[in-house]
Amino acid sequence: MSEWHRRDPLNRNPASARASALYRAIGLGSAKSGAHHWWLQRMTAVALVPLLLWLVVSLLAHARGGHQAVALWLGRPAVAVTMAVLLVALFWHMKLGLRVIVEDYVHADRVKFAALAAVDLVCVALMAIGVFTSLYLAFR
Amino acid sequence: MATTRLRPRSPDIQIYRPQLTSVLSILHRITGVLLSVGSVLLVAWLVAVADGGDAYAMADRWLHSWVGMLLLLGWIFALFYHLCNGIRHLAWDLDFGFELGSIYRSGWTVVAVSVILTLLTWTLGLAGGE
Repeated sequence: MSEWHRRDPLNRNPASARASALYRAIGLGSAKSGAHHWWLQRMTAVALVPLLLWLVVSLLAHARGGHQAVALWLGRPAVAVTMAVLLVALFWHMKLGLRVIVEDYVHADRVKFAALAAVDLVCVALMAIGVFTSLYLAFR
Repeated sequence: MATTRLRPRSPDIQIYRPQLTSVLSILHRITGVLLSVGSVLLVAWLVAVADGGDAYAMADRWLHSWVGMLLLLGWIFALFYHLCNGIRHLAWDLDFGFELGSIYRSGWTVVAVSVILTLLTWTLGLAGGE
């Protein structure tokens, strides 16, 4: 205590305030995981560059053939697995991106909570539906 | 202590003159939201493929209506813009091209490349589509 007062003679930063500031910060900031979502956003972005180019080129090649051509294309195991990987990366990226947008623009506590919950639930639901459908098309 | 006085807030977008940097920045978010809506369609389309010929024909008819075509064009541009500008962001994260000159150069490059890729995809998609 005396050690502290030598550095801060006016006691502008008393121990009680420090303790409560730490208490308030725990669980909200970087507790060794602050950059986790930032890093995952970048990694999913890197993965999505080749995956989405693949999707655009493949759709251009197969979508004009109607249901039969599309079902045949999606029926190949390699295609189904690639599509599943794409959907996981896509919806994880979307979940993180929409979360940041909500956090930036929505400030009312309850609305913010509802919006964040909706983002997480909808993204995971779409991911699950998409992945299971892709795998079903190839491995039924 | 008069701590209740309203402090000035920044950036105040009403008095901000739009610049390439700020417009491209907000466009990244807007296209991100548009693509989120489009991804629902991708899943719905997959489900239609799994459901069979009738559901697929319905989805195909809707996509070939003028509303569907307009949305598709918007989504294709949103996809290429978000992809190109995303690569720009990744370069910045690696500390490349973060000087004002290169920020403007890469910005215009992103606009040009995404427009070209959109037109290319649209042309290829329409050719032999019907």
